[in-house]
Amino acid sequence: MGDSIAIKVDRVNKSFKLPHEKVSSIKSAVVNFYKRKRTFEKQEVLKNISFEIKKGEFFGIVGRNGSGKSTLLKLLAGIYTPDSGQIHINGKLTPFIELGVGFSPELTGRENIFLNGALLGFSRREMNAKYEDIVKFAELEPFMDQKLKNYSSGMQVRLAFSIAIRANTDILILDEVLAVGDASFQQKCYDYFNELKKQRKTVVLVTHDMSAVSRFCDRALYIAKGKEEFIGSTREVAEMYLEANYNTPASEVQREAAVEPRATIKKVDFVKTKLEIGEKLKARIAFENPTALPIHFGFQLFGRDGSYCFGSNTYISGLQPTTKKKGTLEFTATVKLVPGVYFVTVATMDEFATTALDYRTNVGQIVVNKTTEVGGIAYLDHSWELL
Amino acid sequence: MIRYISKENKALVRELVRTDFKLRYQGSVLGYAWSLLRPLLLFIILYIVFVKFLKLGSSIPHYPVYLLLGIVIWNFFLEMTTQSLGSIVGRGDLIRKIRIPRWIIIFSSSLSSVINLLLNMVVIIIFMILNHVDLLATTLWLPVILLEVYVFALGLSLFLSAMFVKFRDVGYIWEVILQAGFYLTPILYPLALIPNVTFQKIILLNPMAQAIQDARWSSITHETLIPSTLFQGGWYMYIPFVIVMASLAGGLLYFRKESKYFAENI
Repeated sequence: MGDSIAIKVDRVNKSFKLPHEKVSSIKSAVVNFYKRKRTFEKQEVLKNISFEIKKGEFFGIVGRNGSGKSTLLKLLAGIYTPDSGQIHINGKLTPFIELGVGFSPELTGRENIFLNGALLGFSRREMNAKYEDIVKFAELEPFMDQKLKNYSSGMQVRLAFSIAIRANTDILILDEVLAVGDASFQQKCYDYFNELKKQRKTVVLVTHDMSAVSRFCDRALYIAKGKEEFIGSTREVAEMYLEANYNTPASEVQREAAVEPRATIKKVDFVKTKLEIGEKLKARIAFENPTALPIHFGFQLFGRDGSYCFGSNTYISGLQPTTKKKGTLEFTATVKLVPGVYFVTVATMDEFATTALDYRTNVGQIVVNKTTEVGGIAYLDHSWELL
Repeated sequence: MIRYISKENKALVRELVRTDFKLRYQGSVLGYAWSLLRPLLLFIILYIVFVKFLKLGSSIPHYPVYLLLGIVIWNFFLEMTTQSLGSIVGRGDLIRKIRIPRWIIIFSSSLSSVINLLLNMVVIIIFMILNHVDLLATTLWLPVILLEVYVFALGLSLFLSAMFVKFRDVGYIWEVILQAGFYLTPILYPLALIPNVTFQKIILLNPMAQAIQDARWSSITHETLIPSTLFQGGWYMYIPFVIVMASLAGGLLYFRKESKYFAENI
């Protein structure tokens, strides 16, 4: 293994035996043995995973719930042992994958700091030197002699985080850290990540939050059902991940919040789904309205991180509601959005456009071709001029 | 070997023992005093029933101290094995989320018991002085005998704690074994009370019986039946030591094998 590689995962497999009935007594073990009945099924959680993480890289692992990403993380951290294959770690690895592991509610904040420090491998003397910084960073000076059980959950997370960031290791492994804490705490997390990036530390971030991956990671691995789907630049992985997550075949268009489906959307067709910035988007919405009550239509676009980019309806646009029993409506818009993938939601609405009658998410995807590297959501016509 | 006594591991053991001690008597008024009071109260009960009512051990000099020493050693064995038995499962949150050497959990839990034992030994020394027990040269053997008990308990602790992860019955089974062991070990009664010499010999093959008898012989009175006199130098006087070493080796091997899968089995 070269010196530039921090983590090398080589054809790793991992499966769990899932007992149908948990055998946790000797009697049932004996009975089962006697009956020669195997009462477990083997669930392959990870199949033939191989990848390398370079030193100083910010590497993301994304996948949906149950894809095996947390198992992979535990294998990397040395908590699980792989069935076959090898994992080489080059450097010192943080031993924890979650914040606040080993916190004891009956101990005071001070005692917990020392206990947690020991779990990270620091002696009492080393922790004494760091103690002031930790307490100050967590903003918990007045509470250090109170028992941890009397802390709010936010306080506990702050304390855990400020201990965790003292860990002086080469490789950090973080699992869904960003899922906890309020906005100001998340900002602290982001600042810390930026700091790590500056120090060229190797970081493995496991999350289902694609925006965090896009923001920090250089490269990412996308796993689905225990298999490697794709390894590559964050941008490519992000697109694949969101396509896979939001792409629902037309036959099983989801129906959310369908209040009295008096009027239903039958089909949505796009004249063109790959557009240039500023090109016209045309969508044809076929509908059925058997009761012939007056209805309106709505159209929305969402970004890949779920951000709401655009929305309008026929009521806002000043159209009269239609009472046709069956028909097709054409929606046309000039797309001035930054390059990326966008997801379309359409709806039929009541006479005053206050209630959705048939609300269908992700009926289609629009891709704005990457012709320029702008950021944000909206594409503004712009120019630069040095005066 | 160096790997096992690294700076990190030492710091971790220290903190875990400290936590263990702090948490053990959490919320009790007398706190640490209970680790002394518990064996003392048991001793008082057994003393009244067996020495005062049943007149056991009247032939043995310093019988109260003799009784107390047996109780303290047995209690140490009982406490260490039962505490360790549940310690891997009890620390499941750590094992599932952090990479620390698994043996450290057993080791630190065993150290808490050792600290208790040492505190209890202080009480025994006080009793020996009160009872005018003559200081014997053989007392120097006592630490070695206690070490033997520790090694025996450690081997069993490793084995039981790893087994407990898979089979929770182990807890109940071990409770019964300890109960039986308490009566099959000459703690309450002098071994000489058993009329049949063969039974005496069988009982002394148990490392706990051998250790308790040897401890009494070395530090309280030479009027104690011990393997070397009872077996008259036969090879089987070494059986208790073989059992101790086998328990350590077996415990270590089984623990090593199973510890890889603790995180997923707990």
